[in-house]
Amino acid sequence: MIKSEKRVIKEPRRWYELPLSALPYKLSTEYKTGGWRAFRPVVDLNKCVRCMLCWLFCPENAIIWDGKDIKVNYDYCKGCGICANECPVKAINMVPEGGGSS
Amino acid sequence: MSPKVPIEKQIRMALNGDEAVAYAVKQSLVDVVAAYPITPQTIIVEKFSEFVANGEVHTEFVPVESEHSALSAIVGAAAAGARAFTATASQGLALMWEILYIASALRLPMVLAIVNRALSAPINIHCDHSDAMGMRDAGWIQLFVENSQEAYDTTIQAFKISEDPNVLLPVTVNLDGFVLSHTLEDVHMLPDEVVHEFLGGYRRVSKTYVDYLGKEIEVKLDPANPLTFGPLDLYDYYFEHKIPQVEAMKKAKDVVKRVHEEWYELSGRRYGDGVLDAYGVEDADVVVTVLGSTAGTVRYVAKKLRSKGLKVGVVRIRLFRPFPFEEIRKILKGVKVVGVMDRAISFGSYGPSFLEISAALYDLKNRPLLVNYVYGLGGRDVPPVLIERMYQELIGIAKEGEVKEVLRFLGVRG
Repeated sequence: MIKSEKRVIKEPRRWYELPLSALPYKLSTEYKTGGWRAFRPVVDLNKCVRCMLCWLFCPENAIIWDGKDIKVNYDYCKGCGICANECPVKAINMVPEGGGSS
Repeated sequence: MSPKVPIEKQIRMALNGDEAVAYAVKQSLVDVVAAYPITPQTIIVEKFSEFVANGEVHTEFVPVESEHSALSAIVGAAAAGARAFTATASQGLALMWEILYIASALRLPMVLAIVNRALSAPINIHCDHSDAMGMRDAGWIQLFVENSQEAYDTTIQAFKISEDPNVLLPVTVNLDGFVLSHTLEDVHMLPDEVVHEFLGGYRRVSKTYVDYLGKEIEVKLDPANPLTFGPLDLYDYYFEHKIPQVEAMKKAKDVVKRVHEEWYELSGRRYGDGVLDAYGVEDADVVVTVLGSTAGTVRYVAKKLRSKGLKVGVVRIRLFRPFPFEEIRKILKGVKVVGVMDRAISFGSYGPSFLEISAALYDLKNRPLLVNYVYGLGGRDVPPVLIERMYQELIGIAKEGEVKEVLRFLGVRG
């Protein structure tokens, strides 16, 4: 497995210091895409039946199962709402980000 | 110098241009071929699929549903570390357009044989260079050949040029549709093992240092060292990623020359210096530049005129991208009139090679007069009589010392 701690990146980088083939010099996991989110999924663990459908359907692998509860990784969740849509017991609510009244 | 493989040790066959390319690919230890048939390229794919069906090659042959997929498939193959090849023509190349830029920007070595054919509309299957000229800014190395023998020689050279660690750019080998692709010719081939040795065996993948892995790794799709090819790259680094392409192109010209010389040592065949193939230019007042198979006809006429004491010459441009600016400047210095023949036109401008040659000669103190002849569009025949008329016109211009009309059309009803 890749250990991203090993990475040493100096910026700005000159063109001849960049890897060949326009390869990204950072791991894709370092680009936090959670900032794209307009709605935040919030899990109601009292309603949740741990069926794992949200975990299965999440296109970003942003649902975390810790063996007991469902959690959302807000660093990468883009707020698409697929989890909320798939949840059979409506345990996930999409809450507006940034100053929403709900 | 006698070649390492003397001509009597070479395999002699009657092949057309397409077959010559197919045999070259067969000998080049190609791992993946993905192609879609289109006239006049069909024979390349047909012949090569025979080799695959007969078990004569180890190649994975992918019959795709379009040229867009053909190039996409070999981009994937090249990214996985394979030696990859495809072939197309005309509309097929037009459909590949989007992927052309991706192949070069990802610095993936591969070879594309283009059997030059006019673009629609109206629909036409015969030769002109409009298809290839449409991709001149796509970051590919473009070689134009004159005959089937050269198509064979150049296809093998193309793999070596493409995979050179200083280059790592995709290469096209352009051969004229029907004029070369469907005309039988005596072709001399080197034995398989000699070609294998020339290419250094199977493709070797270049290495690069990747920060997050903390080591130098081969640039290929490998689960042990995961890489992402071609992700989003905005105003932060896109510009920096374009400069290596510029630099690789600068280095490519010398690699083309070097590989061409290495091939000459093996086979005894060379085409000028590998970049320009000149005839009679040393003392010439009038020189014609041309790409592709027409060079043969022009050379024939030039020889005839020279035997009459007229100082005329020919320069065949073998390498169009990167364009050999210095070589052109050197060879055309001191010439009175240059006739630039183009088998394509940029509407609203001139022929593509005219623009390059104009740019090349601008720095000279005593610039030759330049005339642009657009000829042979849609496969219109270019007989010697037409070329001779052009030379006479150019000799007239040399005497008068002025060009009244820069853009002229050769062999069109007017």
